[in-house]
Amino acid sequence: MCLVLGGATVQLVAIHNPERTLVKGAQATKSTVFLKILMAVSGAVFIGFTLLHMYGNLKAFSGHDKFNEYAHHLRILGEPMLPHEGALWIIRAVLLLSLVVHVYAATKLWRRAKNARTVRYQVKKHTGAIFASRLMRWGGVTLLLFIIWHLLNFTVGKVNVSGGATNDPYNLLVDTFDTWWLTIIYLVAMAALGAHLHHGVWSATQTLGLTGSERTRKLAKRSAFGLAVLISGGFSLVPLSVLFGIIEK
Amino acid sequence: MKLTLKIWRQPDASTAGKMHTYDVDDVSADMSFLEMLDVLNEQLNARGEEPIAFDSDCREGICGMCGLMINGEAHGPVTTTTCQLHMRSFVDGETITIEPWRSDAFPVLKDLVVDRGSFDRIIQAGGYISVNTGSAPEAHSVPVPRDNAVRAFNVATCIGCGACVAACPNGSASLFMGAKITHLGELPQGQPERDSRVTNMVAQHDHEGFGGCTNIGACSAACPKEIPLDVISQLNKDLRTAIKHGH
Repeated sequence: MCLVLGGATVQLVAIHNPERTLVKGAQATKSTVFLKILMAVSGAVFIGFTLLHMYGNLKAFSGHDKFNEYAHHLRILGEPMLPHEGALWIIRAVLLLSLVVHVYAATKLWRRAKNARTVRYQVKKHTGAIFASRLMRWGGVTLLLFIIWHLLNFTVGKVNVSGGATNDPYNLLVDTFDTWWLTIIYLVAMAALGAHLHHGVWSATQTLGLTGSERTRKLAKRSAFGLAVLISGGFSLVPLSVLFGIIEK
Repeated sequence: MKLTLKIWRQPDASTAGKMHTYDVDDVSADMSFLEMLDVLNEQLNARGEEPIAFDSDCREGICGMCGLMINGEAHGPVTTTTCQLHMRSFVDGETITIEPWRSDAFPVLKDLVVDRGSFDRIIQAGGYISVNTGSAPEAHSVPVPRDNAVRAFNVATCIGCGACVAACPNGSASLFMGAKITHLGELPQGQPERDSRVTNMVAQHDHEGFGGCTNIGACSAACPKEIPLDVISQLNKDLRTAIKHGH
């Protein structure tokens, strides 16, 4: 290669790089796009789950008995065909599998993105990128930490910091959100969830190849925003209502 | 106009580079960005310094050869190529940071010149159609519906400049690949190799070390030809279909 620059001729020596070869025996299932499809599908499982979970939480507005009845029903769902808590454990298994797949693909793609640009820009603008899209990775880590905390709070530990030990789901909920710092952790996590969904839902539709025109792209982006507001807002209603005394023991 | 330029200088591919600061006076607002660099290079030549290496060819915005990261934006603040960017887009006394495309799949050869050979290999892997040459068939023997033709033409405007990769936070070349896959996939001539095309191109893309797409949209915003994001959806759909067909 030879460049003529301002009258001076500069010889550029072609760099020999053994990796700069053509791929043989390409497999679509080993591609980055396939990893993205895995992320989209596992993400869709979480969207379905969060919608159901949110519905369950909103039962808190119908009072102590209705809420606990719903919680109890989750345990006996499918009986006698399924054993006690059988349906719950099936859901847990699917969620755990989805989580592993989602985190595995995210980690692989994150590492790849880091290696794709080892020398960073001195100045870089984010033209065309919404803020939520830049929060996906660390926001995802935040959500993962929250999920662990949330399970310790309500499923595994059931530690009741204000009202003493309880096996009563409704009382645990009210006592938890009567504690200001637990409410703050929860609301921050819901903001992170909203941002994750705002970009994630749109991204999943694009990855699944459903947004092949300007019209469908705009629809997917609007739906993503709507779903993000619906889910994060729906979840936030319960702790806020406890805080403001609308939901009480 | 008087300008302060912060420019990446790197003697060759194997030597580390760094930013240098230059002052240029007498820049006309009517100059193109590359003409402004030509002025700087004349000054450097006159002083006996090494001129700044940068790529350019047609200077008409159609070849895809020029491409600079200007103040953190691929091809600068206007939706066009670097050669079609004019100094009136900047203000007198401004400091402008100029860097090469940053992607490990586009190694820097010298200063602002990068090797975009990885794009050529992606095209070589599948960005073509196979036809018999010699006696050309009757052009009207294969009708193309108008909508397909329009979409194919619109995305065929991709000039392979690499701005999408440069702008992408993940360093992905999905917009480039999507444009080629959509262009050929919309036409009857592109159908026989449709599955193997997407499979081979994506495999080559990954092999070259480009990042995965996270649908942020920085690529489309930087594209001088305004290739829309739906080509990436098309790429994903084609790959999904290829998997279904056993690729």
